[in-house]
Amino acid sequence: MSDTHAESVAYVRETFVGEQPPPAQETGALIWLRKNLFSNWFYSILTLLALYVIYVLLSGFLPWLLGGVWEASSIRECREIAGEGAAGGCFAVLSERWNQLLFGFSYPSEAYWRPTLALVLLAVAAAPVLFPKVPRALLIVTLIYPFAAYYLIWGGTILIAVMALLGVIVGYIVYSRLVDRGFALGFFAGVAAAIIVWQIGGFITAAAPNVLALTEIQSRDMGGFMLNLILGVVCVSLSLPIGIVLALGRQSSLPIIKWICVVFIEFIRGVPLITLLFVANVVLAYFLPPGTNFDLILRVIIMITMFASAYIAEVIRGGLAALPRGQYEGAESLGLDYAQSMRLIILPQALKISIPGIVNVAVGLFKDTTLVSIISMFDLVGMIRGPILASQDWNGVYWELYGFAAFLFFIVCYGISQYSQWLERQLATDHR
Amino acid sequence: MKKTVFLGALAATGLMAGAAAAQTLEDVQSRGTLNCGVTTGLVGFAAPNANGEWEGFDVALCRAVAAAVLGDPTAVEFVPTTGKTRFTALASGEIDMLARNTTWTFSRDNDLKFEFTGINYYDGQGFMVPKGLGVTSAKDLDGATVCVQTGTTTELNLADFFRKNNISYEPVPIETNAEAQQQYLAGACDAYTTDASGLAATRATFEAPADHVILPEIISKEPLGPLVRHGDNEWGDIVRWTLNALIAAEELGVSSANVSDMASAAGDSPEINRLLGTEGNLGEMIGLESDWAVQAISAGGNYGELFEKNIGENTPIGLARGLNAQWTEGGLLYSPPFR
Repeated sequence: MSDTHAESVAYVRETFVGEQPPPAQETGALIWLRKNLFSNWFYSILTLLALYVIYVLLSGFLPWLLGGVWEASSIRECREIAGEGAAGGCFAVLSERWNQLLFGFSYPSEAYWRPTLALVLLAVAAAPVLFPKVPRALLIVTLIYPFAAYYLIWGGTILIAVMALLGVIVGYIVYSRLVDRGFALGFFAGVAAAIIVWQIGGFITAAAPNVLALTEIQSRDMGGFMLNLILGVVCVSLSLPIGIVLALGRQSSLPIIKWICVVFIEFIRGVPLITLLFVANVVLAYFLPPGTNFDLILRVIIMITMFASAYIAEVIRGGLAALPRGQYEGAESLGLDYAQSMRLIILPQALKISIPGIVNVAVGLFKDTTLVSIISMFDLVGMIRGPILASQDWNGVYWELYGFAAFLFFIVCYGISQYSQWLERQLATDHR
Repeated sequence: MKKTVFLGALAATGLMAGAAAAQTLEDVQSRGTLNCGVTTGLVGFAAPNANGEWEGFDVALCRAVAAAVLGDPTAVEFVPTTGKTRFTALASGEIDMLARNTTWTFSRDNDLKFEFTGINYYDGQGFMVPKGLGVTSAKDLDGATVCVQTGTTTELNLADFFRKNNISYEPVPIETNAEAQQQYLAGACDAYTTDASGLAATRATFEAPADHVILPEIISKEPLGPLVRHGDNEWGDIVRWTLNALIAAEELGVSSANVSDMASAAGDSPEINRLLGTEGNLGEMIGLESDWAVQAISAGGNYGELFEKNIGENTPIGLARGLNAQWTEGGLLYSPPFR
């Protein structure tokens, strides 16, 4: 600015004006509403319409939920308590049949603590696998957990669980001693050692059936949401490793392995799950002599696991196919053998890509466990459809029961979904 | 080890069908429990209560057979079966008898190789309408909309009935009984048709059951009864005559209240004496203890008591005896003589 003009300007600001709050019309909730909900006449109409729909839904739902009857012994008593024309739901069925919904109708009530404890331990055992920040020492719990859970839920002598665990440990020791001389040798020697230990263990448990024995509970007495959880947890955790093996097998250059995997995957994916369950329940009964007790839950677990692992194998194959060819070649050029390159280079990347797909299968599988109600097992839906709706007291209570089942499943499935999104963020190392 | 069992099982499969058939009574006695197939849940006929104990009209028959054979009405292992698994469960030997309101038909008896051992409930397809409709007979339903479950014999019977009477109707296809209740109450159809016992059970769940009537016409025959496998007539006889004993007991006035008195010494009526084993050797003929019928009747009562307790007029289901009354009272129950 030149001196010539210095006098010609009446006022020159020498400091900045402090930041001012925006005008009242442009701030706060009001402008948010205007910008987001009423920005033009069309959106305004849509907003009003949406508000009306929400009002209609809530005005029906809230009186039903909040005005519900929780203490009654039958649907008729419910209606008496609620009075004429009342909107409240009859939630008394949930309080009266609470234990049946969770544990089935024939699980002995004095043993309810056992599956409950198993569920609590599941959280401890799953933590180190799911969250990297949890101390690694807890992996010991994860290793022991399947055996402990079996002991808790089915009962019997503790020796069964101990011997099973011992077999796994011995098998692993043999494997790790021999794996240097070749993977196949180590693997089969390990399996053989485990089987020998299990055979010997069978004699020991038969000789001493009462060591620290809990009351034995038959599989057919399991039911309720507990059964859904057992099937869901066992089948998902078994199908993941099997699915990885199948996916790798399908890419193998050894024709026999490749074709076994292809036929297995395509056959299982081509058959509806309900068919497999019928085979487990009905057809196998023809092949087993009467009186043979080939555990029904075990049969169902095998079938659901086969089904889920075929799907997971295809999801992982998608992940493997998405990796650039250079990753495989890079691994080879480093001089890694097959197992090393898979373990260190390929699978970590492929599995990361596959997470959404795997979670999708896991959530679907967990909900599919309700199909067992069709082969007369009393899972949560089976309990509702069968015993509870067929009792003279509660016949006619539909919304409350099915709503409760939907609520339980929603909690679990939403939790799984949230976890997977968290995991994806944790593993996001690329720059997108 | 599992593998050996499985292979052995495969090898034995061929022999099994014949071998398992002939000795059910021995099997049950050595096992100490009766494996009885029931439904996974049907109002009034079979359902576990809040304590997990099975109750119902079909369940009571299982208990009566267990009492007759083993002397203990609680020695029953209830095997829940669905409409799809019931016949394989029986054919494969998983259960000893099936009491799962199963309709006795020609093809089930002959083609599926089962033996129906009697009829414990005469059912039939009926109609339910709102009282306000003012309909008193199914023949007044000309032009009505009717809720009917798809893919069942119910649907076929309905079409036959309307065609035979030369009246028109409009079917509203529905999938399950639960859906039917909602549709019917919402007024989506004028009438709902299914088995009469099912109609009664459905009506019992309504808020105002008295506003709905079940029309008198029964348009199909649905004789429900227990069944066993072909090829073991001794066992079939035991189930048959246990049911007959319950029916005869009602006819002869023997109930759970007075059966122990009447069985303590021979009375005036020779047939009661033979039934209760105080005279003759009927028990020996059927291969059971002489007090087998006493045990069966004590288990839950005679036929009439079981009916009243589980599905009769004082229960929420409120079924009238109708066809299921004794022949002396105009019903169809007619036990052959115990002689």
